[in-house]
Amino acid sequence: MTDAEIISLVNDSLVEEFELESSTMVSEAEIFDDLGLDSLDIVDMVVVLEEALGIKIRDDEGLREIRTLGDIHQFILQKKRETEAVS
Amino acid sequence: MRRVAVTGMGAVSPFGRGFAALISGLVEGRSAIKVLDELKDYGGLRTRLAALVPGVDGKEIPRSKRRSMSRQSIFAVLAAQEALTQAALPEAEYGSGRYGVVVGTTISSLETSESFFADHFRDKSFSRMKTSLFFKTMNHSAAANVAHFFGLEGRLLAPAAACATGCQALGYAYEMIASGVQDVMVCGGTEEFHPLSAATFDLMNAASFRYNDRPELASRPFDRERDGVVCGEGAGVLVLEDWQSAQDRGAKILAEIIGFATLTETGSIAEPSSAAMQRCMALALANAGVEADVIDYVNAHATATEKGDIAEAQALLGLFGEQIPVSSLKGHLGHTLAASGGLETIATIEMMRRGELIPTRNLNEIDPRCQGPRIFTAIEKQTTSLALKNNFALGGVNCSLVIRAGQ
Repeated sequence: MTDAEIISLVNDSLVEEFELESSTMVSEAEIFDDLGLDSLDIVDMVVVLEEALGIKIRDDEGLREIRTLGDIHQFILQKKRETEAVS
Repeated sequence: MRRVAVTGMGAVSPFGRGFAALISGLVEGRSAIKVLDELKDYGGLRTRLAALVPGVDGKEIPRSKRRSMSRQSIFAVLAAQEALTQAALPEAEYGSGRYGVVVGTTISSLETSESFFADHFRDKSFSRMKTSLFFKTMNHSAAANVAHFFGLEGRLLAPAAACATGCQALGYAYEMIASGVQDVMVCGGTEEFHPLSAATFDLMNAASFRYNDRPELASRPFDRERDGVVCGEGAGVLVLEDWQSAQDRGAKILAEIIGFATLTETGSIAEPSSAAMQRCMALALANAGVEADVIDYVNAHATATEKGDIAEAQALLGLFGEQIPVSSLKGHLGHTLAASGGLETIATIEMMRRGELIPTRNLNEIDPRCQGPRIFTAIEKQTTSLALKNNFALGGVNCSLVIRAGQ
């Protein structure tokens, strides 16, 4: 998958799970303030992204640094690269 | 003890969303029972009938609130919303700690559990589990969701007594207000249909299946040709309030709860007991401080099972004699299980307000073994000052409420 395809898959998964408006899915959107998610949603977001992308991120320290949708994209892209490098 | 007023009523029923849909369906004598084709896919299940709530998906509830709600919690929240809107209480008081919630279900959301376990058993993994699973299936989920949705921060109780759940919820709420520990209670029962409910009755030869091809004729309380329960779903929620406070704020008092009793008969976990039913009704009358001869109408539990209807009719005859007008609403609604206490109490209160009693649907020829009390078959114009509402449940639980007409 290209980076654009991964970002698209992440966005689609989040839009579906959290019933978000596609128009709000911009990189600078704050997860809590702009997308309206909370700590329980973050737990479910991890499950959704793991399923959608076939990766394991639950115990990743990098998750704690995520503040914006763009952070999620970068985190996932990095994770995909690491996974592919290992395999 | 304080007097307890009913100041709000809300319904989600097999007739659709809202109090008006419930009442018009009942007054017009319609059946809400339909053939549910998917039931043919279940082995060992003879019934094809159910009384489902049409056209309610709860999507109007914001996702952040809905994520913890099963279908039965959505029903409860929508019914509570209608009841609270009618009660028009000061919203600033919702969080005072004096406003509580008593809402129960027969069983936690089976639809949610089934969906989780169907996936889980593929590999016994919990890695795909979402946080909403617990909040949708915890036993007090419906009550907690009602409390959270409206910000009601007083007592929270989730009684579970199968078919007597709703009636118990109203009774326990009444006692909390009467004793002064709470001022307002949002109370009732809620139920989502699952094939397991129908299968449970079917297994015990207590589910209707002879009318699979004529659903509108199924569920025939007290009728000679009855063949069992048709399971339904919905929610019936009332707002109960300290009578004096309701009076002081100029609220419309729809009715007054004046008596309640519930007891357990331990001779059998499944068989109804006429003696226990009669004892329960007598205790409710004693709690209300009234004699049997002043009760104007009884809204029966009568689910159209062979044994239950006979036991209740005999108990009614024993306590009230031959003149007491009696009807059951399960010919219209099917058996909405935990929701039945709330929905049928709402209908009973509306009958009192209209001065007209709704008869038992599908009662063509009364079973001779149910003869005794006056089980009427057409709408009757009557002033009803005092009514008694029964609900009885598997587990040996019996429950009765005494209701006085409002203003």
